Amino acid sequence: MSGLRELRTSKWANPLLAGTVILAAALFPFFVGPLDSIMDDSILVLAYVVMALGLNLVVGFAGLLDLGFVAFYAFGLLVTGWWASDHFSDVNSKASSPGIHIGVGEFPQSLAGIHFNFLLLVIGAILICAIAGAIIGLPTLRLRGDYIAIVTLAFGEIIGRVAQNGDELTPFANNKLTNGRQSISPIDQIDLPFLEEFDQATNLRPYFWTVLALALVVLFVNFRLRDSRLGRAWIALREDEVAAASMGVPLVRTKLLAYATGGAFGGISGAFLGPYLQSVNANQFQFGFSIFILAMVILGGLGSIWGVVLGAVLVAAMNVFVIPDVLDGGAVRSVLDSLGLDFTFSQVSFGVFGFILVLMMVLRPQGLIPERRRKLEFAEVTGTDETLYEARA
Amino acid sequence: MLAVVPIIYAVIDLRDDGNLTRLGNNVVEGLSNGAIIALVALGYTLVYGIIELINFAHGEIFMIGGFVAFGLYGTLGLTPETGAFGLIVGLLVILIISALASGSLNTMIERVAYRPLRNAPKLAPLITAVGFSFILQNVGILWLGASQKSVPDLLGSQSELFNVFGLSISRGDLLAVVATVPLVVLLTAFIGRSRLGKAMRATAQDPEAARLMGINVDTTISLTFLLGGLLAGAAGLINTLYNTQVWYFQGFQAGLLAFTAAVMGGIGNIRGAVIGGLIIGVIQGIFDNRIGNEWTPAFVFGYLVLIMVFRPQGLIGEETREAG
Repeated sequence: MSGLRELRTSKWANPLLAGTVILAAALFPFFVGPLDSIMDDSILVLAYVVMALGLNLVVGFAGLLDLGFVAFYAFGLLVTGWWASDHFSDVNSKASSPGIHIGVGEFPQSLAGIHFNFLLLVIGAILICAIAGAIIGLPTLRLRGDYIAIVTLAFGEIIGRVAQNGDELTPFANNKLTNGRQSISPIDQIDLPFLEEFDQATNLRPYFWTVLALALVVLFVNFRLRDSRLGRAWIALREDEVAAASMGVPLVRTKLLAYATGGAFGGISGAFLGPYLQSVNANQFQFGFSIFILAMVILGGLGSIWGVVLGAVLVAAMNVFVIPDVLDGGAVRSVLDSLGLDFTFSQVSFGVFGFILVLMMVLRPQGLIPERRRKLEFAEVTGTDETLYEARA
Repeated sequence: MLAVVPIIYAVIDLRDDGNLTRLGNNVVEGLSNGAIIALVALGYTLVYGIIELINFAHGEIFMIGGFVAFGLYGTLGLTPETGAFGLIVGLLVILIISALASGSLNTMIERVAYRPLRNAPKLAPLITAVGFSFILQNVGILWLGASQKSVPDLLGSQSELFNVFGLSISRGDLLAVVATVPLVVLLTAFIGRSRLGKAMRATAQDPEAARLMGINVDTTISLTFLLGGLLAGAAGLINTLYNTQVWYFQGFQAGLLAFTAAVMGGIGNIRGAVIGGLIIGVIQGIFDNRIGNEWTPAFVFGYLVLIMVFRPQGLIGEETREAG
């Protein structure tokens, strides 16, 4: 026992624990079948972890309530639809090998349209989402908290609408901007060196390792960002905008960087989900998706990185596993049937996420694993935060 | 900025048809929908005026009002064949029940989800409001399914009542105006003249001072939510009669339109909310007809962003809370 205690207090405890968890996660695919449903579920969960970490930067660190995060999911997916499918099939169509191909395998080589390597897609998604984030952030600079929420919500809806009706828009010659309510499909499989061939119909392992690597990188960047000059500026901004500004924090740049970085993470996740889901379905680009991600951040604890990871795992697992497989299948189903209730939980999944939001805010607003700073705040007898009444004074 | 769109279409109409009939009919339809939006917008503006909260679930309160009204059609056995007397009595009963249902639901949500958070950071109640909005939407899905449901057209709302200069005024248009105007007048009188209205204005101005003057602030806030809910329930019935369909998502859409209207009129300003509702209705009417209703939300959201950024105090004068 004493050995264990020594280990817990030693400076190697954290890296050791992290290393063990990462190793276990990396080896986990070998213990399950290549097409097991748990593989599919874990891949989606990890992709949502990346997204939630992105939203946490904006809402948790910088304190800017973003209700339009779906915009970055949309852009990330659309990047793959534009640059890794035959959507723009008449680009360079007169050449001997029609289309544009950069760093892709043999099969996509033979297809028309634009086909880029996955790494280029990720970079493209990061750039586009960062720019979009900054543009969305610009009009909110002068606004207060609740108005920021509505303006970001409005942008999310506008982008969703444009994607859903994009088949009516033809900005580049005869090419439709998106495929509208029909999905853009299929998207090229990921193609990376040193890994087995990617084909999500036969083997999910390479996809798992890719998304695990993405999640780890994003997690690492999150930790480094939080402790950096920029991260401390975000937290100062969240705590008191006026005080932060008078201490020399450049408000405009700090806020815009929060939107841009958060959006870029969302874009990374989208760029992965496009090839994995094999389609870009504009019908998903709805306000509900933003709330789905927000529920992860709120459940875990605003601003707490480990909390958000846990929240994302719980909420995403609920979406991909608990609701469809546990609540809608087997024992629970037969109980519901015997009671004469003919609804499925999948129908009301967003109601479940809404319920999580209400429950957490009323009962445990600091989240499951609160950030240290916030824990102290909530422990104080009277909050120093702006309250509804003080706000007006 | 706002006048640009109607003027462009006025010019196009004059060039193509030589008259303004088409635009006029867009405006008539828009004003009727705008009257409904105005009733919902009043709920946003009242609540924001008193506790500075965007009551995100308010659109869903309106939706539930419409659902209750639709349910009562069946209970009371109202059909398009019902005689005029039975129809009037039945609709008045439905008006009272659906308004009360929405009003009490709104008050209950305030009690459960907003009051415990009154001293929490400002964004907390907004998040619970969003949560409740989703819960109520899913209640709507469980209640009537996920697709639009058409409702018996009790009044023959599309049938033309009379025609002035080519403008067709339907029964529904008349109903929307006839039902909305007295409600707004009543509300203004209540807030401007009654004791409770005075308490509301005092609380909106300074809750602390109002409490010291012996006003029960909690009750006053509950009352505000009740009033907003009553109006939303009435709007739900009018919408069911006018547009003859109900849908779980109608509340979300109408809610955002109404919120835009409230911001446009200067949030907290009652007269502003009504004018804003009518303006948004007209804009919606024009875009639905000219560009296609799948694009209308995008344009309305565009307007919302522009207004919030450039005139956050609203288009109509300064921000004035509860000033009738």
